[in-house]
Amino acid sequence: MVISEQPKYTKADFESDNDVRWCPGCGDYAILSAVQQVMPQLGIPKEKFVFVSGIGCSSRFPYYMNCYGFHTIHGRALTVATGVKSVNPELSVWVITGDGDGLSIGGNHFLHAIRRNQDFKILLFNNKIYGLTKGQYSPTSEFGKKTKSTPMGSIDTPINPISLAIASGATFVARTVDKNVKHMMDILKQAAEHKGTAFVEIYQNCWVFNDNAFVSYTDKDVKSDNSVYLEDGKPLIFGNNHEKAIKLNGFHPEIIKVAGSNNPLIHDAKSEDRGLAYVLGQMGVENPGLPVAFGVLRKVQRPTYQELLYGQEEQAKQKPKGSLEQILNSGDTWVVK
Amino acid sequence: MSTTQTKIVKKTESLEEAVIRFAGDSGDGMQLTGGQFTTSTAIVGNDLSTLPDYPAEIRAPAGSLAGVSGFQIHFSSKDIHTPGDALDVLVAMNPAALKANLQDLKPGGMLIVNTNAFTETNLKKVGYAKNPLEEESLTTKYQIFSVEVTRLTQNALEDLKLSAKLVDRSKNMFALGLMYWLYSRPMEPTIEWVKKKFAGKPDILEANLRVLKAGYHFGETTETFISHFEIKQAEIKPGKYRNITGNEATVLGIIAAKEVTGLELFLGSYPITPASDILHELSRYKYLGIKTFQAEDEIAAIGSAIGASFAGGFGITTTSGPGVCLKSEFINLAVKTELPLIVCDIQRGGPSTGLPTKTEQADLLQALFGRNGESPVPVIAASTPSDCFETMLEAFRIAIKYMTPVFFMSDGYLANGSEPWFIPSVSSLPKIEVKYRKEKEGFAPFVRDEKTLARPWAIPGTCGLEHVVGGLEAEQVTGRVSYDPVNHDAMVKIRAKKIANIENDIPELKILNGSDKGDLLILGWGSTLGSINAAIEKLLENGHKVANVHLRHLNPFPKNLGAVLKNFKHVLIPEVNLGQLRLLVRARYLVDAQGLNIVSGQPLKVRDIVEAAEKLLK
Repeated sequence: MVISEQPKYTKADFESDNDVRWCPGCGDYAILSAVQQVMPQLGIPKEKFVFVSGIGCSSRFPYYMNCYGFHTIHGRALTVATGVKSVNPELSVWVITGDGDGLSIGGNHFLHAIRRNQDFKILLFNNKIYGLTKGQYSPTSEFGKKTKSTPMGSIDTPINPISLAIASGATFVARTVDKNVKHMMDILKQAAEHKGTAFVEIYQNCWVFNDNAFVSYTDKDVKSDNSVYLEDGKPLIFGNNHEKAIKLNGFHPEIIKVAGSNNPLIHDAKSEDRGLAYVLGQMGVENPGLPVAFGVLRKVQRPTYQELLYGQEEQAKQKPKGSLEQILNSGDTWVVK
Repeated sequence: MSTTQTKIVKKTESLEEAVIRFAGDSGDGMQLTGGQFTTSTAIVGNDLSTLPDYPAEIRAPAGSLAGVSGFQIHFSSKDIHTPGDALDVLVAMNPAALKANLQDLKPGGMLIVNTNAFTETNLKKVGYAKNPLEEESLTTKYQIFSVEVTRLTQNALEDLKLSAKLVDRSKNMFALGLMYWLYSRPMEPTIEWVKKKFAGKPDILEANLRVLKAGYHFGETTETFISHFEIKQAEIKPGKYRNITGNEATVLGIIAAKEVTGLELFLGSYPITPASDILHELSRYKYLGIKTFQAEDEIAAIGSAIGASFAGGFGITTTSGPGVCLKSEFINLAVKTELPLIVCDIQRGGPSTGLPTKTEQADLLQALFGRNGESPVPVIAASTPSDCFETMLEAFRIAIKYMTPVFFMSDGYLANGSEPWFIPSVSSLPKIEVKYRKEKEGFAPFVRDEKTLARPWAIPGTCGLEHVVGGLEAEQVTGRVSYDPVNHDAMVKIRAKKIANIENDIPELKILNGSDKGDLLILGWGSTLGSINAAIEKLLENGHKVANVHLRHLNPFPKNLGAVLKNFKHVLIPEVNLGQLRLLVRARYLVDAQGLNIVSGQPLKVRDIVEAAEKLLK
């Protein structure tokens, strides 16, 4: 039997002594707590965790974790995380970002990190608003949204982070919500165990600037009708009494009754084809009238960027081209006597 | 020409030096021709300096002025410093090349032209109403050698059944062969190169060799040329040499620093002229564990490099001015979090996209001040192509010892220009100590080394040193976020002092030529060194009391700069910008320094510096 020498951690080991400065009641507290509860369960030495963030309310996250952390600049956390993980692949790297940081100013890096399958986690706190700059509309704000900078309503079509991640070739895509801590912890654990980019969209309520943005999925009276919780290999069933299901009609999901129904849609997160995950990700977001899908939408294996990077390095080491001395003396040389 | 083949014995004139330029269409292979001539000239043992000059367009329309590509080489039996102001020989492969380059040919200089390319269409393309080769203004001013390069190339390859395109593309070898004969260079290095390069393509190999030799024998046997030249070996320090461009030396400097420090080296870069070659070249050294990352943009390039440094590797990013603009915010993050990093700025003509393939020195103030807040960054600049090697090692030393980003400045002229380089031995390289913080006792992220004021490098994975860094102002020592006014004032001053103190750790300025007191001091930085050295030699010859010093360290300045300046009546600062170093020197030392500022995309000419100096000395 292998005796683990891993120290036994508790949540408290991951709590920093910095005062948490989010507004009281912010959804970020629940996410912080969930992360701090999951960390001790991962069997990873505490010093190997690195939390990298950009700018925004969510990006203060690293200060509240008792881990290595880098609070970088607006939109660029993914680039820093790329460097961190590339020189030390043993680290467990977690990127904390928001809808403004990750999809607006950092939109370019988002798709490139994901297409490369960088071996880190991306937790995107989506509150559909700019909080830290006090209430302007964000790339996920709904069309027509009235904010300080859009007094007549936003004329921008919002982006669905899940759709963008899937289009970029994400190997792990999940959605959860701040109020469902148990579900969030399960998703975070699965993300932690995934090799490659693990993208998690977390619906997070900003009660100061965009309260109740996700109430349809958190209010106990309505949430069951508006959310479907995905489980791999299981049918998509929802509703207060598990009476409704999703069925595909061509590419179009439809709501059907469980009773007497034939063939509710069975979730297949491991499908190499991105189509199903894309359809599920759109439900209730880009495709109204349907419940929003929570859980792991897609989970496939592909070599990570770091595996490929070190793989090439190993391959090159099989055919070394010479020492520094030899490199300096290469090319057309001549001797002056 | 006589019908019977008689061996003509041709005179060999001995020369001290020569400046020649190959010019043609960008598809004519002029850069390759120049590169081959350089190699053979280096092997002969001449001192040399080169200046490639090529268009930003990959293939501008054939025969157009925009498409002219040139390669200039100055070679000599004595020590030389520049690619030369004016040409002894211009090889012009078409009318466009003639038109674009003729102004640089010395009166009486040799003009070798491919007459087959002087067709009506080609003449018209560049606005020649008449064939200029027949104009009296040319025939009386220059020695014109009309050579049917295209036809002679075709003749040499007649029986090989090659495509017309391939035949046409071989004609640069004719020009090369002819110039080898004219300057008594050996063909062997090029023959060897051709054999290696085209080992798998026997017909191209044969074509290149035939045409090369045809060019050589044309010079030797026809009556076109009555004499040729030789330039004796220069008196150079004994040892092993190679020819090297600035970008190659930069790469070797990075590799050497990686080997000396043992650090994980990570280059984050985005393609940009004239810096891309550094990315290409470094990516060939994966077997040494060097990691190169072609990022999605300039910002991601530096961000990944900073992440690498945070994790205990060494991050570098290579770019040119437009890229520096994009990286500014991240450079500031490295300043604020005090992480080692090198930003290589291979300067080019600006503003905006400017002149991608031309040289300029106009990013100095950007490197020093182009960021928000008080953001001190050490800035160092290479002065010759081979100096990029040592300057890069110095950039590493400062970055690691002081935990700071460092600007490494080169430019298009250094990047692509070349010179012979005395190959250093590995044992002679400077030692650079790397110390990661391991001890928990007394650790805080911003506890400082008493002498250097550097903070500890505590890297993720080290048990017990977990901490967070970021762009928000940090409390002294603890590094916690702090908005305290007294703390901010103190931190601003500590960061400034840390960089200013580096002046105690760099060599004092030395007078390079002339004596330490006199009428005029020429102060330079970066790639103007060669032109300034050559100008000073001339001024000293003319009997003036002049001297020159040259800055590698631009922030901070060497400690004795102020004292050196005050020993001269006049100070002249030649720069390929509108007076950026001059602004700094005047502000800092209250010295009435004058400038010579020509921003033409070309290196400064020696004669312009001599003229500016003599004007001040009047």
